[in-house]
Amino acid sequence: MTEMSYLDGNMLDGPLRELLAVDLSAATGRCASCGMVGPMAGLRVYAHAPGLVGRCPACAEVMLRLVRAPDRAWLDLRGATYLQVPMPTAPSFPRPL
Amino acid sequence: MSPGFQGRRRTTDPALPPGQYLTEDFPVLSAGPTPRVPLDRWEFVLATETGDELRWSWAELMALPQETPTVDIHCVTRWSKFGTSWQGVSLDVLLDGVDTAADYAQAHSYGGYTTNLPLDDLRDGQAWVVHGYDGEPLPAEHGGPARLLVPHLYFWKSAKWVRGLRLTVEDEPGFWETAGYHDYGDPWREQRYQGD
Ligand SMILES: [Zn+2]
Repeated sequence: MTEMSYLDGNMLDGPLRELLAVDLSAATGRCASCGMVGPMAGLRVYAHAPGLVGRCPACAEVMLRLVRAPDRAWLDLRGATYLQVPMPTAPSFPRPL
Repeated sequence: MSPGFQGRRRTTDPALPPGQYLTEDFPVLSAGPTPRVPLDRWEFVLATETGDELRWSWAELMALPQETPTVDIHCVTRWSKFGTSWQGVSLDVLLDGVDTAADYAQAHSYGGYTTNLPLDDLRDGQAWVVHGYDGEPLPAEHGGPARLLVPHLYFWKSAKWVRGLRLTVEDEPGFWETAGYHDYGDPWREQRYQGD
């Protein structure tokens, strides 16, 4: 058996492009603070701020921070355990390793 | 002034840092719900890197020597406001006699906000814990009961609803500094974002 190895991060480009190009209004998120699962569209967004701050409607903790500079942007999702995103049906998932 | 620039004065005023415009009103910025802190439960905690803690109640803060700084403030969202008048306690008073080898401070607030500053930027008449604005108690939407005031840095460093300072040996970036904003935030060098 060969040693498990890792792939170069470049390989994420395709899968992330597929994910990040979707309509996130249909995405579901899990709050890292209280565990509530709900639509990202249900977050409370504070926009009169240096960035956008999305807070959990249940516990008010921060789930998302989005900062936009003229030439860059930062997305901080440490307050969200995951985003669940609807994808076009592809029966070949999960792929055999 | 052209109609497109109402409230914005294009100016070469030497008191205006690069990329800023002057405003006469006082925009309210907030990254979350406004905490409501009753004065009888309010406290300010100064914690050193060794875990020693100094605490002030509201009455104790009021009993300290008060100052009335009038300063220009500069928000990273590009507005600046000249000649704002505050009342509060100099950080020199709060830090007086504190035994510390820390080089940094992280301010933390009711509501969970944090921001980091070099400790030297809080000394020598550069920073206050303020509880009054324009001769009135500081309104909650502007950070009352008390906020930090560090006018020589972008205003996100002047933490609203401040609850305390943690003195730290290592620099520990805060709420906006971990999400793309500059670690120091000098408006005169236009340090808005990381790498600026
Ligand atoms: Zn939550």
